[in-house]
Amino acid sequence: MIYLDNAATTKMSKAAINAMLPYMDEIYGNPSSLHTAGQRAAEALADARERIAKLLGCEAKEITFTSGGSEADNQAIISAARIGERSGKKHIISTAIEHHAVLHTLERLEKEGFEIELLRVGESGIISPSQIADAIRSDTCLVTVMYANNEIGTVQPIAEIGVICREKGVLFHTDAVQAAGHLKIDVKELNIDMLSLSAHKFHGPKGVGVLYARNGIRLVSIIEGGAQERGKRAGTENIPAVMGMVAAFEEASAHIEEKSARMICLRDRLIDGLSEIPHSVLNGDAEKRLPGNVSFCFEGIEGESLLLLLDDKGICASSGSACTSGSLDPSHVLLAIGRVHDIAHGSLRLTLSEENTEEEIDYTIGAVKEVVQYLRSIYPIWRDLGSGKKEFIIK
Amino acid sequence: MALYSEKVMDHFRNPRNVGIIEDADGVGEVGNAKCGDIMKIYLKIDKDIITDVKFETFGCGSAIASSSMATELIKGKPISDAMKLTNKAVTEALDGLPAHKIHCSVLAEEAIKSALKDYYDKNGIEYDKKDFPDCESCGHCCVTGT
Repeated sequence: MIYLDNAATTKMSKAAINAMLPYMDEIYGNPSSLHTAGQRAAEALADARERIAKLLGCEAKEITFTSGGSEADNQAIISAARIGERSGKKHIISTAIEHHAVLHTLERLEKEGFEIELLRVGESGIISPSQIADAIRSDTCLVTVMYANNEIGTVQPIAEIGVICREKGVLFHTDAVQAAGHLKIDVKELNIDMLSLSAHKFHGPKGVGVLYARNGIRLVSIIEGGAQERGKRAGTENIPAVMGMVAAFEEASAHIEEKSARMICLRDRLIDGLSEIPHSVLNGDAEKRLPGNVSFCFEGIEGESLLLLLDDKGICASSGSACTSGSLDPSHVLLAIGRVHDIAHGSLRLTLSEENTEEEIDYTIGAVKEVVQYLRSIYPIWRDLGSGKKEFIIK
Repeated sequence: MALYSEKVMDHFRNPRNVGIIEDADGVGEVGNAKCGDIMKIYLKIDKDIITDVKFETFGCGSAIASSSMATELIKGKPISDAMKLTNKAVTEALDGLPAHKIHCSVLAEEAIKSALKDYYDKNGIEYDKKDFPDCESCGHCCVTGT
């Protein structure tokens, strides 16, 4: 099996698994308990918080453990909205290509009376800092822009946006779920006020993530109950998962440069190979993209068929395709970068890990070429396109 | 993948009757690329019997499987049988489809009806218009806008 869906989730690293085991076996106490067993767990949790803070360049008390990226996004945005509305600021700026964890939270706030402004991106899928500067108003309470896009892999100019928001005194949140562990992140250097990350995107366990919130930003609880996480996130802490996340994050962060150099090499080999397919187009910027992300649209191809046939060839891939998600609408990200519906249905996302090999990449290029050719052979209007009776959308 | 029954996967992986009939007696095309499904059916008809049928389909796994199954169900059958083919029959023959994929079987039924209508039109055969509702009525084309 060739696994090329690392943006969906990753295989856990041995270091992460080994770090978790003692906390499922010997050290099973509840960190809120006063006895020795509980306090051992509490110490581990405190240590984990310090280590995560060190990796992000912040203080331990600025770290809240959550159930993952979605919860962190929800909590960050709702907290910023509550802070804003206290002083009558109800304008939020974001982009059209955010993850649904952000977009749906914003929609909820819109129903409450917040004004949500989603900035448009060009074909490259990158927002320009000047768009942010122009959009900020005196009643803007939050700018939330994802660090890197989950579908098309584009990396946003986070540092520049951070400077603008800091200068204008507006809170800045970034959904760094796809970036964490893959790109170097220092929240202080980048002027980030709030950041979300998820462990399972960098070889950690599922169901655990982090919300970083700068000192002084008052978080609102999304889950009510006990006083865990300084009263900001109720529920007994998932210590095994937290320990696995820390180990995975340390491992990923320690080798970021060599890992990304290797992955960029594989990524570009894959992009070059797939670019040979006629009437295909790379989605997202060729340079400013995640080291492991490859995203294409192929004319005359429907994504789900492509994925099923690639799966038959042992390749695990994904698509922004409508059919795969149970909805008939094509990906909002592909539509936002200007792909028309007809083309957006035919997308393929291949996301690499450092474990992939050149042989796997070459096999995948061959397999995609073969499947695309087959599906086009049964595409009802392919012959009309070939004969010039109809025009290709992707030249 | 457990999304589909084995029957669906079989017809998706090894679709029956794929291709075109150059001198078809009836051709029907429904759906559009914007919605993510197009089905085109070619019929060869001799004395009211569908002697050959071929299809070309753009769409997801269940769209291809539905086309394949629908063509199997009408091949060698009289036109009257093909007219009675329902999307339900296609779905059942495939051992079921996920709820959000039922429209694929509807499309298969419509593609066959559309090809039969083309045959009637070409040969000046009269028919009841009620037997051929507009494609628009099925409501599967939910995509609006561009």
